[in-house]
Formats: sequence, C-alpha cells, structure tokens
Amino acid sequence: MISKRIIPCLDIKNGRTVKGVNFVDLKDAGDPVALASSYSQKGADELVFLDISATEEGRGAFEPLIYQVAKSLTIPFTVGGGIRSTEKVSRLLQQGVDKVAINSSAVKRPVLVSEIANKFGSQCLVVAIDAKCIDGVWKVHTVGGKQSEALELFSWAEEVTDRGAGELLFTSMDHDGTKAGFAIEALAELSSRVNIPIIASGGAGSIEDFSELFLKSNVDAALAASVFHFSEIEIAELKDHLRSKNIFVR
Amino acid sequence: MKQVAIIDYGAGNVQSVQFAFERLGVKNLVTADKSKIQQASHVVFPGVGHAKAAKSHLTDTGLIDFIKTLNQPVLGICLGMQLLCNYTEEGSTEGLRIFDTNVLKFNVDLKVPAVGWAPVNSKDHPLFENLDNKQFYFVHSYYAELCEQTIGLADYQVPYSAALANENFFGVQFHPERSGVEGQQLLTNFLNLS
Repeated sequence: MISKRIIPCLDIKNGRTVKGVNFVDLKDAGDPVALASSYSQKGADELVFLDISATEEGRGAFEPLIYQVAKSLTIPFTVGGGIRSTEKVSRLLQQGVDKVAINSSAVKRPVLVSEIANKFGSQCLVVAIDAKCIDGVWKVHTVGGKQSEALELFSWAEEVTDRGAGELLFTSMDHDGTKAGFAIEALAELSSRVNIPIIASGGAGSIEDFSELFLKSNVDAALAASVFHFSEIEIAELKDHLRSKNIFVR
Repeated sequence: MKQVAIIDYGAGNVQSVQFAFERLGVKNLVTADKSKIQQASHVVFPGVGHAKAAKSHLTDTGLIDFIKTLNQPVLGICLGMQLLCNYTEEGSTEGLRIFDTNVLKFNVDLKVPAVGWAPVNSKDHPLFENLDNKQFYFVHSYYAELCEQTIGLADYQVPYSAALANENFFGVQFHPERSGVEGQQLLTNFLNLS
C-alpha cells in the first residue's frame, strides 16, 4: 500500500521562492534552501522546485541553487523549468535531482518525452500540464500559463503517458492561487483516463480541500505552495486530518 | 575506518546516494575502479534506469563477475537490487543470481509506476534495526517476488520483496537516500554491518 503524498512546491524566480495568484502578481516567500530543509523536517513527502522564469527568459534552471537543495534534502526532489534536452536532464540528475518536470518543451516537441523516458527511465519524468477551462474545454497553456495551445488536457495527458511519462502534474489555472479547493472533477476524469500517478495542483486553501481531493478523485499526491510557505497549513496538522478521514498518509 | 564505494556504471542518479553518505559524515566515492571498490569497507550498488542498458554496461566493463566476488557488505538499491536477482522481466535480462528470486512487472489494477512512501514489514534483521513497519520511498514498475531471502515485505496489491539479504549481500527496492530519517537510519544500520 502506498500513501498519498503531500508536496510543497517552491516556485523560484531570481533565486527566491515566490508565489503568484493566477500565475501573476508574484510575492516573495523566502530562501529556497532554508524552506526546502524545513519542509523535509516537517514531514513533506517530496518537494517540487519550479524555475518559473526559466522558459520565459529562455535560460535553464538555476543549477547551483538546485545542488544546494538536493544536498540538504532527505526526501525526493523534482525540478522543472526550462528543460529542453536530455543533456539538461543529465546535468540536473548529476546535481542530485531525482526527477525532472517538463511542460512547455514537451508541447513544443512531444518526442522529448520519449527521449527522456528511454534514456533515464519513466521514473524520473514528470510531465506538468497547466490548463484552463474555456467554454467547457480544458485548454493546455504553456510558458508559465501565458500561451494558449491547440491542445486539450485529457488527450494530451494520454499522449504523454503513451510516450513514457512517469507521473503527471496537473495545475488548474482557474483554481491556482484562489484557495477555493482543487479542480476535483477534472482531476477525477484525468485519473480515470491515464494509469500513471497524478499530482494535483492549484486551489489548496484549507485542510478540508485536501481530504475532499483524495476522497473524491483517485489522485496520488497533492501539491501546494503558498498555504505551506506562509504557514497557513502545517503539514503535520494536515496529515492528522487526512488520517482522521481514513486517508493513508506517511 | 568506514569508507563507502558507490559503483559507477552509468546508471543515472548516484549523486543523491553520495549526498546521503555525506550527511552521515562517511567517506565515500563514486567509482568503477575495481581496486578502489575492493578496498572500501562497504559497497553500494545503486541504480536508476533500464535493466538491459545497465546490465550491458556492467558486462562491458567486467564489473558483473567482479561484484559477485566482493566480501564486504554490499547494498543494492532499486535497480541495483533487481540486478542481483536471478532474472528480470525488464528487457528479459539475466541477473547476478545473488538473490534467488525473479523480478516481474507489476500487473495490477493500480497505477504503474508505483510512486510514493510505503510501509515495510521487516523480519528481525540488523538492517532494519529500529525500523520495523516504517515507511520508505519507492518508485518502481518492477518488483522482486517473495523468497527465502526476503527480509522486508511490502505490498502493492501483490506482496513483494522490499528488502533481500544473502550473506554479505543486501538489497532494498526503495530509496534509503531519499527516505527521510528512516532512510538515514537504514544506511547507518548498513554501515554497522561487517
């Protein structure tokens, strides 16, 4: 039996952790190395570290910072942002990263998913998908949510799964930063369409949002940023709540 | 004086294993040099990636027969453990036959790869001292069947070997280097074996 994972996400811009509301209006949330260590001690099951300015500015993620985080962490560590080649993946793995997340670059060149999966194994590849529901259709967005693509969430999810993605990280842009709960219907649908683990992201505001997510959809992990960074939710308290609802956690 | 040799055979991420021993304050090196491996007090056989590619690299470098001759404690992690078994379905690959069991692909209703923390039910074994029924971090699509040498049991719809032991050889399916304080404890227990 595998437990449901709670994953704090560190959005990085210029070497600092930030958090935006609906992907814009970024606020500073602190030093990423210090935050990463403290999450590891507080019972986070995994960490995701997204260099949110990487694709936009056309440069790679901030490697020395990643190295410091990987070194101090005792839990799994995923890095995303600006990853466009297997060479880049190889360099990140050498820094101590466990998994990489790709998003815009996969949309631009879907074969990158297969290339990474074949070379390093599906276990180290998370495909991140940002989507927004427009007139009832979940449209995939790239470049930090700035660019709308001619792709629909579910069929894109199926395609990357077939190409060898090990996990999906789905962020509902409609829910992100609103603290009004996760996109449960879309997540439940997604979870029924693909047979790989799904990390839900966007909309966490209260501990009840997490229990509702796990009770109403078959997702495997929940990711959140600001509720953890600003100590609105303590991970220990969240896990006690989930246990009280008979949700299996670590 | 304890010194860990982490076998380098091009199998993905060994940096996090190295970091884990650094955090424990133990001298370690990543190497494919047989004399250096022989001199180490403890050897780690890591592994992330594909069994077939890993096996052919080990064969080409002559490490495959060499590993079997090691006398000090050897710990196989994840794919490293699987390669110490008789056979793995991944790429129909023959293993080193240290552990008398086979590695199969999960054929379950659950999601594959299995990713996350899972409790390990361990027999009374020094590798799991103070660790019975603790959770460790797993990420795998293949599992080793239960056998006489199973010292830790986990289940993912099917029960399987989360840990194996045969003389000076040990194997864990999970990643102790990324399994929090429990993982650090397991590595400490491994270093206490001689």
